[in-house]
Amino acid sequence: MITIKNLTKTYKTKHTEMTVLRGIDLEIADGEFLGIMGKSGAGKSTLMYQIGLLDHPTSGNIRIDGVDTETLSNDERTDMRLSTLGYVFQDYALIPELTAKENIMIPLLMQGKSREDAGKISIDMLHKVGLPNKENNLPSQLSGGEQQRVSIARAMAHNPKILFADEPTANLDTISGTNIIELFKQLHEQGQTIVMVTHEEEYAKYCDRVIFLEDGKVTREKAK
Amino acid sequence: MVKSSGQTLAVAWFLAKRQIMRSNRYTTALIVFIMTLTFLNLVVVSGILIGLIEGGNVANRNQYTGDLIVKTIAGKQAIEHSYDISATLVAMPEVEYISARYFENGQIEANYKTRRDFSAIADTAGTQITGIDINDEEALSHISKYVVEGNFLNENESGKILIGSNLLHRFSAAFGDAFASMEGVYPGDEVKVTIGSSTKSFIVQGIVKTKVNEVSLRAFVTKSDFLRLVDRPGLNANEIAVTLKSGTTLTADELKARLVSAGFGNDGNIQTATEAIPEFLNQIKLAFGLLGNVIGFIGIIVASITIFIVIFINAVTRRKYIGIMKGIGISAKAIEYSYVLQSIFYACLGGIVGMMIIYGLLVPTFVAHPLDFPFSDGILVAPFGGTMFKFGLLMLVTLIAGYIPARMIVKKNTLDSILGR
Repeated sequence: MITIKNLTKTYKTKHTEMTVLRGIDLEIADGEFLGIMGKSGAGKSTLMYQIGLLDHPTSGNIRIDGVDTETLSNDERTDMRLSTLGYVFQDYALIPELTAKENIMIPLLMQGKSREDAGKISIDMLHKVGLPNKENNLPSQLSGGEQQRVSIARAMAHNPKILFADEPTANLDTISGTNIIELFKQLHEQGQTIVMVTHEEEYAKYCDRVIFLEDGKVTREKAK
Repeated sequence: MVKSSGQTLAVAWFLAKRQIMRSNRYTTALIVFIMTLTFLNLVVVSGILIGLIEGGNVANRNQYTGDLIVKTIAGKQAIEHSYDISATLVAMPEVEYISARYFENGQIEANYKTRRDFSAIADTAGTQITGIDINDEEALSHISKYVVEGNFLNENESGKILIGSNLLHRFSAAFGDAFASMEGVYPGDEVKVTIGSSTKSFIVQGIVKTKVNEVSLRAFVTKSDFLRLVDRPGLNANEIAVTLKSGTTLTADELKARLVSAGFGNDGNIQTATEAIPEFLNQIKLAFGLLGNVIGFIGIIVASITIFIVIFINAVTRRKYIGIMKGIGISAKAIEYSYVLQSIFYACLGGIVGMMIIYGLLVPTFVAHPLDFPFSDGILVAPFGGTMFKFGLLMLVTLIAGYIPARMIVKKNTLDSILGR
């Protein structure tokens, strides 16, 4: 379970200060598929980055399975990202020099899996996301939808407790976008906790619950 | 979950290998080329500078001193008990050859038969007239190899002389007036040799030319001709050169110690080949070595800056992906090490190519075609141990130069890196 209390985030530059999140309180249950919606600049992605330990909040508290994440060192946060969290980015964020299979392998190798085991798991994951014959393709040799599938396979390969997806369909056509959401649905049905930022109502329908952000605050919530 | 260094290195190697394999080949080739030049600069420049002197030292050892030389003590006419010294040396199984030389200061006069104006200065050159055992000297110094005109002396022929090239004007013109030399002396010509009050005519058998002054500034006759020419009490030699068998464990220093302990320390001046090198040459060698190291040091600095820039640009342009890797849980150390491994790869490959060039091309080329200097045939001195040390030095510098920029980029905020802020 994720518990967020009074979370604020303020970006400071030399001359200006901009508060993006203002006292967010939120709980995300295990196995929940949570959607975060809002207009551009509402703070959706910023909220996800804080929960996903990619950034530090200015104040407030985030607990993941009871662990106060702000008490963790940078190395411990990296470890937690590796062991507990998975990410799917809007622009796929695959490493260009690595093939589809190798992109999936790196977090597994970092976890201490042998190269052979990591390779087998990667190929298995590529089968699961519908890319059985693409393991040796570099990202540049894959379409946007295929790259996003590889990204999902990479995020899921190490069985993360929580999967974060930041507008995963934003750069995809409708068919590819729907396929990706269907993939999330399947994962959710298998018990995966998913936090997804989206601005597309059509895809938000797949979520158990959707929170709406406006000016850094949760203004409303909608459950399925 | 604490990562073992093995895990970290495995991931670093995984990333580094693929980045190298899939990077632009021309860029990789250019970096390796720069590293090769740096390594060559490090080894070859100092190697040539030292080689200028070392070439002279090697020639001195091969053509004159051997591994050890016993010389006449200053103020004495010859080495005392030289027969006993020679006998002791011959009895040692480690000794390969010895050559006893006999010399006296004398004068050679040329063109005296065609001299018309007796008021003009005679065409003479002062030198050490040296008597040698032909076979011993040839075995030790291969002196006949350096005969550039005519032939080497023959044990069975009397009245023949081998003249050092620097005694002849046509060979020593480059030295200016450094020493008196004779005009137009060729093999077959007759010259007059005077030692003290004794004068004898000799036929020039050949001209010997080397860059060792003790050879090219002397005139050689057979030992029997020499002893007929000089009025010398006793048969003590003036120099005894010794070579050790190759592969023997006995060093020149140990041989010297043996001779001293055998009681010959006061009979002659016993010097190893190294000790026989004139002090000024050692000073030049030291200065050249220092100069070579300074140039090499500058080369190392340039190489480290090059590697720094290459890795920095590589890391900066990949900052987003570094952020992503950190984001998905790859440790900072693994990412940093991947860049260090890349820089080590460049340095390693550059060093290996450099060593192949040095030992496969440059050293054999310098041996076959030494640099022609007035005082030596310059070779390339690149002892394997020293070269490996410089290889290690290049690795170390590269390691640091690769690590610092990687660390600078990796320690940036993960999200800022991902978003390119």
